Amino acid sequence: MTKINNVFSKNHWAVLLLFFAITSCERELSDEAVFAEFPANGDVFTDAFSAGLDYFPFVGEGADPEAFSVVTDEVFEGNAAMRFDVPSFGNGFVGATFNTTVKRNLTGYDALTFYAKASQAATLNDVGFGIDGDINNKYLTTLSGLEISTNWKKYVIPIPDASKLIGEAGLFWLAEGASFDGDEGGYTLWFDEVRFENLGTIAQSDPAIFSGQDLTQQSFTDSSIIISGLTQTYNLASGINQTVTTAPSYFTFSSSDTGVAIVDELGVISVIGEGTALITAIIDGVEARGSIQINATGGLQSAPAPTLPQANVKSIFSDAYTNATEIDFAPGFGGSTTETALVGGAGDSFLSYANNNFTGIIFNDTVDASALTFMHIDVYVQEAGTEVGIQIRDIGANQEIETNQFTGFPDGDDKDYRTDLTNLSVGQWTSFEIPLAGGIANQKNNLGAIIITGGPNFILDNIYFYTE
Amino acid sequence: MSEIKVTMKHNHLYKSKMKSIFTGCIAIISIGLLSNCSSDDTQTVTTFDTLIIEDNFDIDGAPDPNLWGFDIGDGSDQGLDRWGNNELQYYTDRTENVKVENGFLLITARQEDFQGSNYTSARLVTKGKFDQKYGRFEARMRLPYGRGMWPAFWMLGDDNDGVDVWPQIGEIDIMENRGQEPTIITGSVHGPGYSAGNAVSKSFILDGARFDTDFHVFGIEWGPNYINYYVDNKLYNQITPADVDGEWVFNDRPFYMLLNLAIGGSYVGNPNDETNFPQTMLVDYVRVYQK
Repeated sequence: MTKINNVFSKNHWAVLLLFFAITSCERELSDEAVFAEFPANGDVFTDAFSAGLDYFPFVGEGADPEAFSVVTDEVFEGNAAMRFDVPSFGNGFVGATFNTTVKRNLTGYDALTFYAKASQAATLNDVGFGIDGDINNKYLTTLSGLEISTNWKKYVIPIPDASKLIGEAGLFWLAEGASFDGDEGGYTLWFDEVRFENLGTIAQSDPAIFSGQDLTQQSFTDSSIIISGLTQTYNLASGINQTVTTAPSYFTFSSSDTGVAIVDELGVISVIGEGTALITAIIDGVEARGSIQINATGGLQSAPAPTLPQANVKSIFSDAYTNATEIDFAPGFGGSTTETALVGGAGDSFLSYANNNFTGIIFNDTVDASALTFMHIDVYVQEAGTEVGIQIRDIGANQEIETNQFTGFPDGDDKDYRTDLTNLSVGQWTSFEIPLAGGIANQKNNLGAIIITGGPNFILDNIYFYTE
Repeated sequence: MSEIKVTMKHNHLYKSKMKSIFTGCIAIISIGLLSNCSSDDTQTVTTFDTLIIEDNFDIDGAPDPNLWGFDIGDGSDQGLDRWGNNELQYYTDRTENVKVENGFLLITARQEDFQGSNYTSARLVTKGKFDQKYGRFEARMRLPYGRGMWPAFWMLGDDNDGVDVWPQIGEIDIMENRGQEPTIITGSVHGPGYSAGNAVSKSFILDGARFDTDFHVFGIEWGPNYINYYVDNKLYNQITPADVDGEWVFNDRPFYMLLNLAIGGSYVGNPNDETNFPQTMLVDYVRVYQK
């Protein structure tokens, strides 16, 4: 992905020059001073890679780079098609993006279309466009659960708002694999005539945030909330209402009171004052279903002050103690959706988690808890029913976190203890004393990480190992 | 046929349900192509230009009572339970279902419990107020969308004060649409021996556009022994006595117009949870011409 970088800078200069012209001469733009535009070529793969297109398998995430090939023995039209061999369960997955070296201007199109067939009826995990590291996948668009039949058939992925796609490099991506034993795998997928088209039949825009729900959330100053459940739905010529998952940047968000909450283009709501604010969104002039009302009540109260002496404690995250190790609280695990932030002021800081599926706190140095018996943690939640899963991991003598990628359980010399933090009180801190039990009862001299699941939104403080 | 200069538009898409309908025209089209290949490729779509009546829906409120009446209910009062097609709506004349606003007639289908039905809508008829034998009948409309929507602009023959019954009176469907097919409309005739599922029909498919996002003109030009069907500036079908498997009942009586938005039933299928309500059919104008 790093090779895609040299074109945008050219455009940068065009913008700067224009700005200069406006400010220095105070004249109207002349007809000649048009913005440089990227080519409007809509072709992705017809009989060959279109101009500048390249293949980038998700090798880092475990995708099989050999799974893709261009074939001539099974095509819809012309003389070549794309082929993906989806491995059987446990043998990796098909995952790749097809990006161009020269970005494309896709504003004249309304859909990505392709013909596809599979060697057996299959449900494609994800397919779409907009993976573009240069712009942080700003316009990522994903169709999940697309059913592919064993005959060549045309599929349509509507563009949420094409006016945004003035310079897009990520033209096509997919991820498909057997995600459990018994899920389809060991079969073949073919794609042909992959291109952006202006069908003229993509209509009845029906965007949504928070999956169309109108939410209310108690919040506090300096916290942030991620807008989730972002989708755009269009009615296709086939009569189908086709929903795609969209990146936040297709939306324009607004706050009814910008003294209480503001929203950035990545869909992050920052609470900045006390009061009430309603957050809504539009795509291309169409109001999205769903909203969130923020009721902000000032700053977050402090967690209960720890009382144990420092000598009894090896601290991971607490303002009350000297910490035993540096930590990485945003490890960026592949597939993690978690947004973690350090909030609050000096001497009274918290770890705030939003949209969590799984993440972790990685210890820079392992902690020897042989003489310790419990882990303390304080949790603050704002939504009833929130539960947080905690896995205390001993990473063993080899000092490496080893996890079975299919089961999620410790591998090699790793051990862990898992527990769920439940019955959390809304709007106040709940303290837990977790025994160092289970798999780590007799192996806790190399504690290296705390894996955190569930939520999805919660705040943590005062994480430390101790003995009474 | 000779008065219709037909040259094939390259983007004129159609599918024929009745192969025989068009075979008679092929030869003429070919001649047209040969003789007119140097001229422009526009069709002569209509030839009846004497305006008889028009409603441009310029006065807000209820539709003009001098032209439009209403069929009310679920069909049982008319002896047509569920309007003969298992339709789900209860027709009313309430402003929630029908009104003129900002230059358009709005017929709105709603999902609501009403008089034992789950949906309400409206059906306007010119019966007893306006009918005419032969002529050009057209309306400019924007259709609703979604599974189960069945908008229609159509005509029925005068029933001679109840003496004659359908299908003997004849039915000319200028435009019918299934809401789940936003690019397709169908024009049909029904008569004795060729009614309901055996109607003589042909569909017209819009290329790169939809009937629910913009206005389109749906019309027929009807004369002795022929009915021509058009959408916008495209003539897509002609039905003559040779095309129908029974008596041609379109030379002997005047016909009146109907505009309605039905919901569900045997023609279109019922709405599902993807169907958005309410749905509104907009009519910009209705015009009738004579030669």
